[in-house]
Amino acid sequence: MSSPTKQHDSWWKEGVGKVLTTVSASILILTTLAIIYFIASKGLATFFSNGVSLVEFLIGTEWNPEGAPGQFGALPFILGSFIVTVGSALLAAPLGIGTAIFMTEISPRIGQKVMQPVIELLVGIPSVVYGFIGLSVLIPFLRNSFGGVGFSILAGILVLTVMILPTITSLSVDAVKRVPRDLKEASLALGATRWQTIWNIIVLRSSLPGLLMAIILGMARAFGEALAVQMVIGNTTAIPKSLLSPSNTLTSGITLNMGNTIPGSAYNNALWSMGLLLLIMTLIFILLIRWISKRGQA
Amino acid sequence: MPEEQVDKQVVHASHLNLFYGNNQALFNINLSFEKNHVTALIGPSGCGKSTFLRCLNRMNDLIEGVKIEGNIKIHNEDIYHPQTDIVQLRKNVGMVFQRPNPFPMTIYDNIAYGPRIHGLKDHKKLDEIVESSLQKAALWNEVKDRLHTPAKGLSGGQQQRLVIGRVLAVEPEIILMDEPTSALDPISTASVEELLQELKKSYTVIIVTHNMQQAARSSDFTAFFLNGEVVEYGKTSRLFTTPKEKRTEDYITGRFG
Ligand SMILES: Nc1ncnc2c1ncn2[C@@H]1O[C@H](COP(=O)(O)OP(=O)(O)O)[C@@H](O)[C@H]1O
Ligand SMILES: [Mg+2]
Repeated sequence: MSSPTKQHDSWWKEGVGKVLTTVSASILILTTLAIIYFIASKGLATFFSNGVSLVEFLIGTEWNPEGAPGQFGALPFILGSFIVTVGSALLAAPLGIGTAIFMTEISPRIGQKVMQPVIELLVGIPSVVYGFIGLSVLIPFLRNSFGGVGFSILAGILVLTVMILPTITSLSVDAVKRVPRDLKEASLALGATRWQTIWNIIVLRSSLPGLLMAIILGMARAFGEALAVQMVIGNTTAIPKSLLSPSNTLTSGITLNMGNTIPGSAYNNALWSMGLLLLIMTLIFILLIRWISKRGQA
Repeated sequence: MPEEQVDKQVVHASHLNLFYGNNQALFNINLSFEKNHVTALIGPSGCGKSTFLRCLNRMNDLIEGVKIEGNIKIHNEDIYHPQTDIVQLRKNVGMVFQRPNPFPMTIYDNIAYGPRIHGLKDHKKLDEIVESSLQKAALWNEVKDRLHTPAKGLSGGQQQRLVIGRVLAVEPEIILMDEPTSALDPISTASVEELLQELKKSYTVIIVTHNMQQAARSSDFTAFFLNGEVVEYGKTSRLFTTPKEKRTEDYITGRFG
């Protein structure tokens, strides 16, 4: 039997703990709700107060909010965001998954000693540095190789590829490591080669949900990245004609123009609408991740 | 040794030593296995049963720092010869593991995995192999209506029989089993043991077991391992009733292990 004071003591501690955690959780939830509410109310005002048509915003190709009348076609931004996201994922996914397999299945020692620290370093580098390197190395290279200005969707894709590569790689490593040894051995014991086992058991089956998750998280990062992309993509408001055309993204559109607009104006609200679009996309990424992880468990 | 001379021996291990780095795990093993019989490997945990079993399909190749001396012959061919085709060897010598380990696929795809890996694409042929393998694994009647559902939905005992069926689908001659029932309940265990009696009509089975009753019930021959050596080998009926070695007697009467 514990003494009454001791019981009181633990009750007190438990009570404090409960209150503290509940308060923290409530603050987090309230902040999130407030942000969503704020973005939504501002972002929707474009359509309800300023009378911009939603259809024009989503598929219009002319972006000139300060014109008379203002034009609010955000498609160039939307398109730019999607192209750089998908493009960088297409490049980074095979590279990242290949690297992850090398690190876990082919040469764990090099993986552990060399690649792991390199990846951790790459994750930690601030995005402005990636943008700066892109600006000083990649842009001149593209200009000299393909002509034009160098600032382009391709430059954005390449910078983002490097940026999301460590994310995809390290998450893929986790996914591949989770494949039970049992399954690999069973495949090898049936006479499968190492590559057949890696492909059929690890990539296509056991770690597929984890690998998809890695790719989607990489895409989410690419979609939301503003600074580095903005430094290399050229920031024009025309629909891109090729991968070498300069373009724009939702994030760089917002960061570049936010300072020049008057709060409450249609222009300002239209930027919030772009923010709302980013929020919705993020939500979709999260839902996708949840759906995959649920299916992965089944 | 007249009692040991039976039909035909297919696997011979001679003067086999195995080292994990500097640690020797097997000491001068000399064992031969009889065709179409079940041989049990018994002995306390850590005495080298799994290590020996994994020599027979060269699964130890996967572990870094393993060194093997002596030789193992299957049909008079040295399986550690540099020119040995490991894929062929592993097709011929199937393996069933301790924990049921179906692939995260459907029942059908689990069985078809081996044949597909080895290049079979014909759907009709695959269908036939899936059916006959599941029949041989005594699982067909229980799963024939849900071949295309995930294998994870089967019970532990069914999963283990599925895994046996998966091995049979590549048409091995020898089947290695490493404590195949240690993760199963008594009823599932009984179903696997029953299957063993059926399997030995067509295959040579070598089974590691922790369970002495299982060895006594299911095997024709028994090898008793201790500290990396084979202490005694003989007909199961004889070894369990009149062991020649004191250490064997101590073990089977439960005095240690
Ligand atoms: N991968 C390994 N690396 C190093 N030592 C091992 C490895 N596997 C097994 N051993 C050692 O070899 C000995 C025999 O193990 P094992 O064959 O698993 O025994 P059993 O199957 O009879 O329980 C044990 O001492 C064990 O620690
Ligand atoms: Mg063992």
